Amino acid sequence: MNFIPLFVIVPLGAAFLMPVVSRLWKGMSDVLGNLAALFLMVWSFAALQMGHETTVFYAGGWEPVASIPIGIAMVMDGLTVFMLIIINVIGFAVTLYSVNYMNHYTDKAKYYTLFLLMMAGLNGVVLAGDLFNLFVFLEISAIASYSLVAFGIGSEELEASFKYQILGGTASTLILMGIAFFYHMTGTLNLADASTVIQQLGTHPGIIFVSILFLVGFSLKAALIPFHAWLPDAHPSAPAPISAMLSGVVIKVLGVYALIRIFFNVFGITAMPSVLTIFIVLGSVSMVAGAFLAISQSDFKRMLAYSSISQIGYVLFALGLGTPLGILGAMFHLINHAAFKSLLFLNSGAVVYRTNTRDLDQLGGISQKMPVTGITSLLGSLSISGLPPFGGFWSKLIIIMAAVESGHFALAGVAVFTSIVTLAYYMKLQKEAFYGALKASFGKLKEAPFLMSLSVILLAIVVTGMGLLLIPEFKSVILDPAVKIISGGLNYSKLVLGG
Amino acid sequence: MKGMTLIVKEITRLMVPSIILLGVYVVLHGHLTPGGGFAGGVLIAGSFALMVLAYGSEETKREIKMWHATFGESMGIFLFWFLALMGVIQGTHFFTNILAKGRTGDLFSAGIIPLCNIAIGIEVAAALFAIFFTMAVMRLGEKL
Repeated sequence: MNFIPLFVIVPLGAAFLMPVVSRLWKGMSDVLGNLAALFLMVWSFAALQMGHETTVFYAGGWEPVASIPIGIAMVMDGLTVFMLIIINVIGFAVTLYSVNYMNHYTDKAKYYTLFLLMMAGLNGVVLAGDLFNLFVFLEISAIASYSLVAFGIGSEELEASFKYQILGGTASTLILMGIAFFYHMTGTLNLADASTVIQQLGTHPGIIFVSILFLVGFSLKAALIPFHAWLPDAHPSAPAPISAMLSGVVIKVLGVYALIRIFFNVFGITAMPSVLTIFIVLGSVSMVAGAFLAISQSDFKRMLAYSSISQIGYVLFALGLGTPLGILGAMFHLINHAAFKSLLFLNSGAVVYRTNTRDLDQLGGISQKMPVTGITSLLGSLSISGLPPFGGFWSKLIIIMAAVESGHFALAGVAVFTSIVTLAYYMKLQKEAFYGALKASFGKLKEAPFLMSLSVILLAIVVTGMGLLLIPEFKSVILDPAVKIISGGLNYSKLVLGG
Repeated sequence: MKGMTLIVKEITRLMVPSIILLGVYVVLHGHLTPGGGFAGGVLIAGSFALMVLAYGSEETKREIKMWHATFGESMGIFLFWFLALMGVIQGTHFFTNILAKGRTGDLFSAGIIPLCNIAIGIEVAAALFAIFFTMAVMRLGEKL
């Protein structure tokens, strides 16, 4: 039996059981949700163990005929495993955190159902071997996240969710249109098969047309700067664990991963270097503008949301360089950002849980009363601002080195400058929320509940140890296979179809 | 929302069983005739909606609770998931057919497809009814 579909089967099954089981016993939803998430995390590490060969699974046993795939394919390669680890480790930390945090809200069973559907969708997107299933899984996770953003059903949440739905719906429409034209052009939806067809087509006007649709659609999902309007509303309004998931994982999987897979592995980036230029432009604009928008925020979570835009800009910028070093930097920054941004959002949740405010002007000195939250958020802030021992420093260093190496001196300078701005607004965040004089109203403040603290401590350990990923032993297992798939480009179709 | 007149109520009472029967027929013959799980499920949900319209929301709320719909919905989709998983349990692939295919045209044929249709029928009927129930019957802030 093949183990790949379990990444989708398990969260779906747990999600469907959830409403029934939670009627029998209220606490069961916590147990079931966490068990499913724990299983997924362990399974993603098992996937890492099983080697970096490209494995293909055909649903229902519909094997390819004369090496033309006819069934639904699920493909697992180095890049997929890399994304699966990000999704499922953050997913487990978030479910652990939700046990205490979601007591604030009404219906935990519904929350877990939606959350697990989102996980199934995210795992499905990275495993999908054909474009239409990628779209279906993308919609599953997007629709689940629309309802999760509105989970608090206050006016602010509903407005944010509505905005997110309109822009997310626009993105999905563009992507679906792109898929329709793509299908018309190539006659297949299987990514590997389509890749070979496109290479035979040569310069076809349809390719540019479809590329534009995909570029806009997935950039909307990734919230790059001209398309970012939904993110600063949606991410702060969601419950904190969902904000962590949205910022840490969802924009990367639905946006960045899909862009990488389609442009690097299917269209082939060497055939269209202009896409790389677009990546660099979008990336550097997002990087700078996101940082400057973040610095003026006085809302804890909103600042983190703008910071996400800025950091995703780094990833896209590094991808746009197109060199193996740039791709390594992009992947390393991607996994770093997933760890520290979800940690920071969970910290913000702990602050909101105890103080009921996320306005930085009203907070102050709470590190004295909430040491775990204070210290872990300090670690996260130091890492995201790129201070030496942490992973964030190394990934930014690699990105800047890659920029210099490929001759983009001015943009390397911009990246350094943005990093300094990042340090500035995280210092502002630390000073206004966690350090300085303790506000009188917080005299009786307590540390966050046990499981919330445990979850942030686990993530803080991951954040602190992230720099170790550059040690050859770890690098060759986690980062290198992903980089190899991306820089391998059109080899993808050979690896999948075997030949 | 109060109910409609006696005439509407009586005609609804006569119509509803045959609509449900038609829905069940469409679900069960999904692999043979046009229609299937989704179409049949919509018919069944439609008959419930007709009852709500004819008898009014107060009476409906006495008879049907929200959790009936949610339970049916979860069970329908869970059954579908389980049928797909049977392939894995048998040691082959997810969604592999595990039953004999039978003779084309028979009611008992086409492997697990009729069973999948039944699961989809339950799911669609319950889900559409839940949506209708929430929008037409429930009021804001009311406990489900």
